Amino acid sequence: MKILKDLLYTEEHEWVSVEEDVATIGITDYAQGELGDVVFVELPAVGTEVKQMESFGTIEAVKAVSDLFAPVSGQVVEINEALADQPELVNKDPFVDGWMIKIKMSDSSELESLLKADTYKSMIS
Amino acid sequence: MEIKKTGFYDIHQQLGAKLVEFAGYFMPIQYRGIMEEHRRVRSTVGLFDVSHMGEFFVFGAQALPFLQKMTTNDVSKLAINQVQYSTMCYENGGIVDDLLVYRLADDRYMLVVNASNLKKDWEWLNSHRTSGVSLEDRSDACSLLALQGPKSFATLQKLTDLDLQQIPFYWLREGEAAGVKMMISRTGYTGEPGFELCFPVEHSARVWAALMEAGKEFDIEPIGLGARDTLRLEMKYCLYGNDIDADTNPLEAGLGWITKLAKGDFIGRESLLRVREQGVTRKLIGFSMQGKAFPRHGYRIFSGMQPVGTVTSGSFSPILEKGIGAGYVPAALAAVGTPLSIEIRNTQAPAVVCETPFVKRSPQ
Repeated sequence: MKILKDLLYTEEHEWVSVEEDVATIGITDYAQGELGDVVFVELPAVGTEVKQMESFGTIEAVKAVSDLFAPVSGQVVEINEALADQPELVNKDPFVDGWMIKIKMSDSSELESLLKADTYKSMIS
Repeated sequence: MEIKKTGFYDIHQQLGAKLVEFAGYFMPIQYRGIMEEHRRVRSTVGLFDVSHMGEFFVFGAQALPFLQKMTTNDVSKLAINQVQYSTMCYENGGIVDDLLVYRLADDRYMLVVNASNLKKDWEWLNSHRTSGVSLEDRSDACSLLALQGPKSFATLQKLTDLDLQQIPFYWLREGEAAGVKMMISRTGYTGEPGFELCFPVEHSARVWAALMEAGKEFDIEPIGLGARDTLRLEMKYCLYGNDIDADTNPLEAGLGWITKLAKGDFIGRESLLRVREQGVTRKLIGFSMQGKAFPRHGYRIFSGMQPVGTVTSGSFSPILEKGIGAGYVPAALAAVGTPLSIEIRNTQAPAVVCETPFVKRSPQ
């Protein structure tokens, strides 16, 4: 199972990649493996305000449905349009092509509450 | 309680299956992925470990009258080597379990029951046992594999001298395959042509390896319980605990065809006669979703603003590539074409009652 060293993680199995004040968010390799084949990702519209640890969308697999939680607060500035036609990208490449949303953070100090790769790794093993 | 292992547990582990506890057993939920496994069974052939299912043997001079009393289908119609789908009911018509009844000899039968109901069924049968009837639970001694898909004949035929084409749908033969004496029945839970193989647990590894080798040229894959569930739902086959249970009766579940009210007395008959006289108040329907919405067990079914029922089974259909489901609604809303909606996270997703099976296949 893949865990990328330079990302931040949540206990809800999202990953966060930060570039200046924009956080890119997806779900982890572990999460996609647990869910199984993803068939639909419901994402918020660009412009939506999200709050840390509140649901920003849902992910539907063949046999399971799960909420997606915002690791940080802010405004959604971009969503991964490719997931509409190719939800399987979340299974195939959860850390790159399977990204979900980008949030312009309103409070970057929230990043401190996220998990480092090592901590996340020990949580799932 | 310790979780049991089937005779294929080590194989599942070696294959990297995702194992979960199901009905007291470690069972593979998936190997490579539900979607791929599902399509493999519909397009070529797949192999399922279903050894968690229970096998009860019923024998003795009174075996037939006993089974006539305990089950809803007409056991007297079974020839030797014939198999029958049936249910057991409570006095009030609620369903104890659905099962297969195999007639193995004059007064010898095998019942294949749901793993989740094994203990309950065993106690139910024993509490009604009469003299002249012997019951034996051989579940732990029996391995059960399902070989399903259009290439299941070609796969199994390589391993046996029996002419498999001579076994009609819902019949069985006892014979050798892969050098192991077994029961081979033309049964399954997928809607595809296929077989279920019942043999002593000590031969598990040998039979599995032989089938995987014989099926190699057809790209055979092991199939987990996840795909088993999506395959059965596409056929709208009932799953006990979801679509049928002690609070549903076979008539409203669409199982009138295995409920032979005219065969004579059986447990639940009086209640079911009343249901038939008065007409069923609700029916188990199949519905499909419009758009990207996926029904799940427990979601509420609406007609307009009115909650009218609950989803009993629901999933993404890998073949139709849309949401499909089953659930009970008032009989007046059960006609094909009736518009309904499913409450999914506070929104109403449009659905329509559709013809079933959802996917047209011919298991015969």
